[in-house]
Amino acid sequence: MNLFALFFSAMLINNIVLTKFLGMCPFMGVSTKLESAVGMGAAVIFVIFGASLLSYALYYLVLVPLDLKYMQLITFILLIAAFVQFVELFVKKYAPALYKQLGIYLPLITTNCAVLYVAQDNITKGYTLIETIVNSIATPVGFMLMLVIFATIRERLNQNDIPKAFRGNPIAFIVAGIMALAFSSLAGLV
Amino acid sequence: MSEIKPKKRGFISKMITDNPVFGLYLGICSTLAISTSLDNAIGMGISVIFVLVLSNVVISLIAPITPDDIHIPVYIVVIASLVTILEMFLHAFTPDLYSALGAFISLIVVNCIILGRAEAYACSHNIVDSAKDGLMMGLSYTFSLIAISLVRQILGTGVITLSNPFAGNAVVFSVQVLPKTFLIPFMTAETGSFFTFGVLAAAVSGYKNKLEEEEKAIEKAQKAAAAKAKAEAARKEVA
Repeated sequence: MNLFALFFSAMLINNIVLTKFLGMCPFMGVSTKLESAVGMGAAVIFVIFGASLLSYALYYLVLVPLDLKYMQLITFILLIAAFVQFVELFVKKYAPALYKQLGIYLPLITTNCAVLYVAQDNITKGYTLIETIVNSIATPVGFMLMLVIFATIRERLNQNDIPKAFRGNPIAFIVAGIMALAFSSLAGLV
Repeated sequence: MSEIKPKKRGFISKMITDNPVFGLYLGICSTLAISTSLDNAIGMGISVIFVLVLSNVVISLIAPITPDDIHIPVYIVVIASLVTILEMFLHAFTPDLYSALGAFISLIVVNCIILGRAEAYACSHNIVDSAKDGLMMGLSYTFSLIAISLVRQILGTGVITLSNPFAGNAVVFSVQVLPKTFLIPFMTAETGSFFTFGVLAAAVSGYKNKLEEEEKAIEKAQKAAAAKAKAEAARKEVA
């Protein structure tokens, strides 16, 4: 039950985009088309899950025994960069169709602050291995959910007559604000 | 005849149009999250200026000897080391600011502005220019943070306060601007952040459109003047 609460809270109530403002770059950049939003969401789920587990292992198996906790930030960001590079090579070799579809978005995941945040969050909150797994799946799933909802809204938004100054990103921020308002009603549920 | 020249744009005008946050949409995550109060905005702004100036300096120094294939990991390590130093410093001297900024201090590492400036500017310019560029970019970032946090603080709480993080958050000044009946509570929540950002971004984009139109009008006027002069010259020749 506790794990379910954790899952629900990480996915919806403390949604990484709408309450913590993380991963805004892909949220704004990749949300113009539904298809690329789904691709990006899937890639982010995979990368956050993998990178969080790896950094969890790195922290408790290497940094803690060697008393190198202050190296956390540097090692985590390098691990994430290396992991993304590895995933990119792997996908390119074994799933060229998917690679083509994801295009530029794959390498850009390194600079997605959500990845580093989840990896660090698992450590600062002192999660166990199972809690880490649940948190690292639920958080990017929440990200993907918001990205897909947002992309469908933006697709319709493009067909409307918007004041010139608001066209493009400014109106998208207003939409995101309304979404945040809607989802804030979930706060305090768990 | 007086010559038509494009107007010279001042420092503030440039700060608005070349702004990394509102103009290029870089570093939005921290901008949206930190802009809850003036204190946080200034603290975060100074932290980013510190990292940005030093990373630009270090990267402009090591860029010539960095192999091309691994330059991004090298830059990231430089930035991460600087952020670790900053984190320890804030933890030791300004514990309140440290807990207010929370995870966003370490997330400066993935702030696109810093890696972006390293890639686009510092790696191909000398130390002094890179430091200047870092300072300019850091100041524009701080400027946008302060703009958003001021709007949110005034509409959300009605009070402008500034406190000193080095002295246990002792209040430096506090002014009631808006009576309590006119407050909009959600401006302090996440929604207010998105709304304020959207409206300010629209204002910047409107200002840019206006500048562009003015430029076009000036160009048109210049062309018309040139055509007129040409016609006059031709008429004289005929005469």
